[in-house]
Amino acid sequence: MEIATTVDPFIFRLSIFVLAIFVGYYVVWSVTPALHTPLMSVTNAISSVIIVGALIAAGPADISLSKVMGFIAIMLAAVNIFGGFAVTQRMLAMYKKKK
Amino acid sequence: MSANLTAFAYLIASVLFIMALRGLSSPETARTGNLYGMAGMAIAVITTVVDPAVVSYVWILVALLIGGSVGTIIALRIKMTDMPELVAAFHSLVGLAAVMVAAAAYYNPEAYGITDASGTLKLASRIEMALGVVIGAITFSGSIIAFGKLKGIMSGNPIVFAGQHAVNAIIGLIILGLIVMFSMDPSPLYFWLMTLIAFGIGFLLIIPIGGADMPVIVSMLNSYSGWAAAGIGFTLENTALIITGALVGSSGAILSYIMCKAMNRSFISVILGGFGGDSAGASATRSDRPVKAGSADDAAFIMKNASSVVIVPGYGLAVAQAQHSVREMADRLKEHGVKVRYAIHPVAGRMPGHMNVLLAEANVPYEEALELEEINSDFASTDVSFVIGANDVTNPSARTDPQSPIAGMPILDVDKSATVLFVKRSLSPGYAGIDNDLFYADNTMMLFADAKQMVDEIVQAL
Repeated sequence: MEIATTVDPFIFRLSIFVLAIFVGYYVVWSVTPALHTPLMSVTNAISSVIIVGALIAAGPADISLSKVMGFIAIMLAAVNIFGGFAVTQRMLAMYKKKK
Repeated sequence: MSANLTAFAYLIASVLFIMALRGLSSPETARTGNLYGMAGMAIAVITTVVDPAVVSYVWILVALLIGGSVGTIIALRIKMTDMPELVAAFHSLVGLAAVMVAAAAYYNPEAYGITDASGTLKLASRIEMALGVVIGAITFSGSIIAFGKLKGIMSGNPIVFAGQHAVNAIIGLIILGLIVMFSMDPSPLYFWLMTLIAFGIGFLLIIPIGGADMPVIVSMLNSYSGWAAAGIGFTLENTALIITGALVGSSGAILSYIMCKAMNRSFISVILGGFGGDSAGASATRSDRPVKAGSADDAAFIMKNASSVVIVPGYGLAVAQAQHSVREMADRLKEHGVKVRYAIHPVAGRMPGHMNVLLAEANVPYEEALELEEINSDFASTDVSFVIGANDVTNPSARTDPQSPIAGMPILDVDKSATVLFVKRSLSPGYAGIDNDLFYADNTMMLFADAKQMVDEIVQAL
């Protein structure tokens, strides 16, 4: 049997996506309910990794509509990244053990 | 950096994100986990910025500086009671950022290498882009409505009108049609039309949902923001975004499921809306059965002489800003040799895990705050249950009356403890709009007062 020489890269990405959903499923079920609020704020922060798309858009030297949109998107995502991690850290610092 | 090296750096970032979530399995590992998350984000950003196509550093720095300072200031100032609003607002920003990035990629596809031989957007990229932008737009406008309802800018009452579901279904079909048309002909008209209509459906989907169901909605929008990121990740062929989107998407979905189960509501019925407004239960039948009322001195006497007390907090506790007073009361009781613990129902706050954060802020050690499954079997051997700011989650009719609207809802079995002290302003029903049999039970003593005032008086009496 001849082995297919090329697989559509989309299939690779889809495989990664499906596997990541399973990873997410098992990891999130292991999160203690007491930390569900920090879970939400930290997922908020990491979903702002969408900033990488914005950086590419704002990257070119010439000013274009695309660049302006990228600039705005970097600002929005940065609010989330800095705000999300900072508020998570603030909450987690409150969880103390019995003295 | 070569494409392979970049992809490898994104993989490391994704692994760090998974470890950030994994850290949350216990409060001891959570802080380290958060640092992993920050490291992952730094790697993803730096990897992208060193790309030779990215040269406009001033723009990037200015944007990062503005956004970063706004975010940090908000994060350091926000009150813990306002966390649900903050999270809803952050979700809306992820949604809007997804729309902006999709638009940026639409106007400059060459920068992302997603054009075909003729220089137009690839077919697969069109479909992925359309899905990403639609989900992003729904996340944005839906989160704004959720924010407004949580913040009290708009009424928590469901806004319903005749034919609502039909209208939403038709708009949904129109969006699907536009996605198909955009895939065949990527014209700006279709792009912006489908974005605008998706903004509209986001508003329409959330307005009929009542304030009581907001914990589910905030979780659901968390999930949407993840799927939007994953959609954009497919468009930009970026694995870090795809993996992170999938993680966040499944996380939000699980939290929605947990919230629905805790409220005994099906996800579909929450989405369809029309339930749980601010004034729900105005028409509930009140019974004239006698209740036993007590004073702060009575409560102090009973608790001081008990060997174990379980405090059952609800959101009313946070509204009255009584967390610190309650902790002080617990400290005094412990001085008298009483074993004090807290029983947390999953929907005790206004978002998943909210009550745990509020108690942690009041310096309650996390080992004392127990989940429903952990504490429920202990109520039978508990001397005193002290219910404050909670109502429906203690209603025994969920267990006993199959006709009850909350039948089957998991509740805290406080009625099984020897004595129940119930702090409440009046006998009014909770969100579910039903009477609580617990008020009239022989072993219940009602403490009619504002939560904070009552607890302060008990502290004085101890």
